[in-house]
Amino acid sequence: MKTLVLVEHDNASMNDATLAAVTAASQIGEVHLLVAGENCAAVGEQAAKVAGVGKVHVADDAAYGHMLPEAVAALVVDLMGHHDAFIAPATTNGKNIAPRVAALLDVMQISDILSVEGDKTFTRPIYAGNAIATVQSGDEKLVITVRGTAFDKAETEGGSGEIEAVSGGTGNGLSEFVSQDLAKSDRPELTSASVIVSGGRAFGSKESFHELLDPLADKLDAGVGASRAAVDAGYAPNDYQVGQTGKIVAPECYMAIGISGAIQHLAGMKDSKTIVAINKDEDAPIFQIADIGLVGDLFKIVPELTEKL
Amino acid sequence: MKALVPVKRVIDYNVKPRVKSDGSGVDLANVKMSMNPFDEISVEEAIRLKEAGKIEEIIAVSVGPAKAQETLRTALAMGADRAILIETDETVEPLAVAKLLQKVAEEEQPGLIILGKQAIDDDANQTGQMLAALMDRPQGTFANTVELDSDSVTVKREIDGGLETVKLQLPAIITTDLRLNEPRYASLPNIMKAKKKPLDTKTPADYGVNIAPRLTTTNVSEPPVRQAGEKVEDVDALVTKLKALGIA
Repeated sequence: MKTLVLVEHDNASMNDATLAAVTAASQIGEVHLLVAGENCAAVGEQAAKVAGVGKVHVADDAAYGHMLPEAVAALVVDLMGHHDAFIAPATTNGKNIAPRVAALLDVMQISDILSVEGDKTFTRPIYAGNAIATVQSGDEKLVITVRGTAFDKAETEGGSGEIEAVSGGTGNGLSEFVSQDLAKSDRPELTSASVIVSGGRAFGSKESFHELLDPLADKLDAGVGASRAAVDAGYAPNDYQVGQTGKIVAPECYMAIGISGAIQHLAGMKDSKTIVAINKDEDAPIFQIADIGLVGDLFKIVPELTEKL
Repeated sequence: MKALVPVKRVIDYNVKPRVKSDGSGVDLANVKMSMNPFDEISVEEAIRLKEAGKIEEIIAVSVGPAKAQETLRTALAMGADRAILIETDETVEPLAVAKLLQKVAEEEQPGLIILGKQAIDDDANQTGQMLAALMDRPQGTFANTVELDSDSVTVKREIDGGLETVKLQLPAIITTDLRLNEPRYASLPNIMKAKKKPLDTKTPADYGVNIAPRLTTTNVSEPPVRQAGEKVEDVDALVTKLKALGIA
């Protein structure tokens, strides 16, 4: 089976979620990559070095500059004549584009897979990760999004893919990119950080959220996350949110501070290797899944912890 | 212009789902069901656009069992004008729902279709995008802010690194993210009034759509259970633990 993996990139490098998708793709069949964008040739060359990659299709066109789904999906559909499966990382871009591709191919997408069980059989989480479904596709072609934290990253060296320039559909011309407002951060990206410190509503204010969590994150070289309550209260921007409707993370260590542990939050972090909970409520649900728990006032504990690390 | 708002009846988001012991699915017997939370946000947004004078009529539509009528009545009580139930007891996948919605859109010609970004039962996050594809219309997914004009809609979207703004020609398809708005509660008088609002019942066959599933679920299991670890007494003990794990 020939798979086409959508490369997500920032014109400089491919992201970790893509490398995980490559690993999933390699379990299904021969891996081809699609690098779409404007001035993305450098990423195409990087992509060709990824271990196990066959062809790298590079579509360099202003139409793909901002990954508008109308244009990218049309391009992918053109390429799917020669591929049996389209695989995208389950990032906001992947989730935006892949279902559009699936509908154009008249197939059902399998979202957010956790494992490859057979040619057309996969597992995926449902009900906020409270159940794992094994699903088998009856469609001729597959369209899949891959949960980045469920697969190892493919090696970025050792491959010798063949680069091929491609062009294709550019969409219906009914949408345009206006602007982007990216949160600036020097910290590790949340979905690939090995340590995450995450704060909840208990911080009480945006000021204390940053005053307390930022130094701790600096000490641990950690990414900073937040619960939905903290985001809704304005303590942290929305792309910090960890959970069913935010980011899914699985770091080596996840420190949940002042987070009670609602179902929707757990869905985003319960596959972390070690979970540390700091909460003043000893009955908080988070303690039921935490490997290490400390009951107490975060306003005292967090500064003390930062100092002693 | 008209707005079409698809809504789904799902397990209430506060309920912890239980997996059936035979692996056939999640036990939904006698479980509280509600409108999918993202769909409440869609209904709310449509109502706000109507209150701003930008939309004349809101049509709520649902695909599901007869009981999905309750979900539609909730939408009507919030402020939708009329409802369509496409009744079926079968499992309907996002692709089939999108095809049904396409037919409804062809009949109703809405300027805007507002869906939730995902349903909290199947967590698919597909229907809106699929509908946009089938209709060859632009899509604004994960909407954080919506500004509607007479021939276009500007959508600020929640993306991984922050926010992105796109401008779409109408008719357009939008899917809502959590922070788009705070849905209102239906008041008792409005719940009573909603009982008199029109609700048409149709079937998938009325629209000539084949809803046979493409995916077979062969098993549903519990996720691996995490065991609670231990509680430590103080920060020193926590630091020792973290150091032992090589984290600090």
